[in-house]
Amino acid sequence: MIEIKNLKKSFGDKVVLKDVSAVMEPGKCNLIIGSSGSGKTVLMKCIVGLMQPTEGEVLYDGKNYLTMSLEEKKAIRKEIGMLFQGSALFDSQTVEQNVIFPLDMFTNDKYSVKRARVKEVLDRVNLAEDAYKKFPSEISGGMQKRVALARAIVLNPKYLFCDEPNSGLDPQTSIVIDKLIQEITQEYNTTTIMNTHDMNSVMEIGDHIVYMHKGEKEWEGTNKEIIYSDNEKLNEFIFASEFLRDAKNMRTIQETGTIPKDVSDDVKEALEEKFKTDMDGDGKIG
Amino acid sequence: MFRGMFRMPENKAMYWKQFMLQCNDIGVGSLGIISIISVFIGAVSTVQTAYQLVSPIIPKSTIAQVVRDTVILEFAPTLSCIVLAGVVGSKIASELGNMRVTEQIDALEIMGINTKAYLILPKILAGVLTIPLLIVIAMILGIWGGRLAGSTAGIIDPAIYDNGLRMDFNGYNVFFSLTKSFVFAFIITSVPSFYGYNVRGGALEIGHSSTRAVVVSCVLLLLADYVLSALLL
Repeated sequence: MIEIKNLKKSFGDKVVLKDVSAVMEPGKCNLIIGSSGSGKTVLMKCIVGLMQPTEGEVLYDGKNYLTMSLEEKKAIRKEIGMLFQGSALFDSQTVEQNVIFPLDMFTNDKYSVKRARVKEVLDRVNLAEDAYKKFPSEISGGMQKRVALARAIVLNPKYLFCDEPNSGLDPQTSIVIDKLIQEITQEYNTTTIMNTHDMNSVMEIGDHIVYMHKGEKEWEGTNKEIIYSDNEKLNEFIFASEFLRDAKNMRTIQETGTIPKDVSDDVKEALEEKFKTDMDGDGKIG
Repeated sequence: MFRGMFRMPENKAMYWKQFMLQCNDIGVGSLGIISIISVFIGAVSTVQTAYQLVSPIIPKSTIAQVVRDTVILEFAPTLSCIVLAGVVGSKIASELGNMRVTEQIDALEIMGINTKAYLILPKILAGVLTIPLLIVIAMILGIWGGRLAGSTAGIIDPAIYDNGLRMDFNGYNVFFSLTKSFVFAFIITSVPSFYGYNVRGGALEIGHSSTRAVVVSCVLLLLADYVLSALLL
């Protein structure tokens, strides 16, 4: 488990994170969402130790990472796997060399044992064996993300960080990556923290969601609760597109039998036609 | 940058492998260009020295002495290292810059690896080991290039050249040259490492940092050349 307590981060006079607190539980996909510039990447970098916060605590299973000695921090780092937005694969090494690198660095296993582990994790992310000897530039974006995920989990990490893992991927491949992250989280009981502004990811795998707005935690909840939230800023973020607003409204109509006031004109017309309902009246169907 | 570079490595075998890779890249990789430059420098020195030596009372063996001393004292260490600042320096700066911009350095940090020790220290050590060896090769080839040019152009008989090489030879010149080469090797590897490691931005910034690294390295090389000459000669 990772607990963030009163985290603040400033760059000179500019305050980027203002008193953020949250608990990220193991076995769950903990999503940090927000628009660009909301502070979610800075928050993730403070949690993972790539940035030093100005104030606050980051507790890894009760121990404050920020006050740990160098040796303790190194020990924690070995339990962390991270999937970067751009994959961050070592471009002068093959797929196999990339994934075996943490094993070479941190284990004294025989090559055959390491090779078997590499094959196991690459099979887990559904990467075909003919890609093993290729360089990152020779494989697709989706395959690069899968290799990066394999490298992140090869040492069985307790904590998995994903920085916008679907960035640059088509919707279908994005779902594949999301599902892999979710399965790995549940299988290995990792504490997974993911930065994203992909609403598909939020709705598919968001067991616990933290919404950031201008450096503050504006809302916290699950993917079941997010679409019914009254939080205006959250709704403005999620339902920026009319299509998504209508999707939410259709679900509300199905589940509650009432028609929300903010349905688009097209949907209003269709509903009036179908149900002969006065949309400006009590909003009830039938 | 140097703070934190000298900590116990996570895996000595991996660091050794990285060091050997850098020795290959910096040392073996630069052998070709150093060889070509050295031969031509020696050749040009012989031709130009002969051109300036117009007095008949000065023996031709003097050409060999002049070529020997200028190659050992200046051309081999300084000129070769200026070329290496461009070849090796730009490679180091752009490699580290690219790794920084594509978050590969962050990925190594997240894994718990001391990136300054893993990425930079092997480069500096490999440079300090292999560049003086390259300078020794440059000295030999430079002197040989002078002999070849002299005999080919009919400027100086090879026997007279060889005789001139042995006359008034001062071993301290080689010591001075090697001292310079160690200092130059450190500059050539550390300055580009600093610029590459601290790049912020994208492809344009990588190019800028590489150029700046080479320029700063060259200026520091020449400054160090002057300081060492003033102190040691």
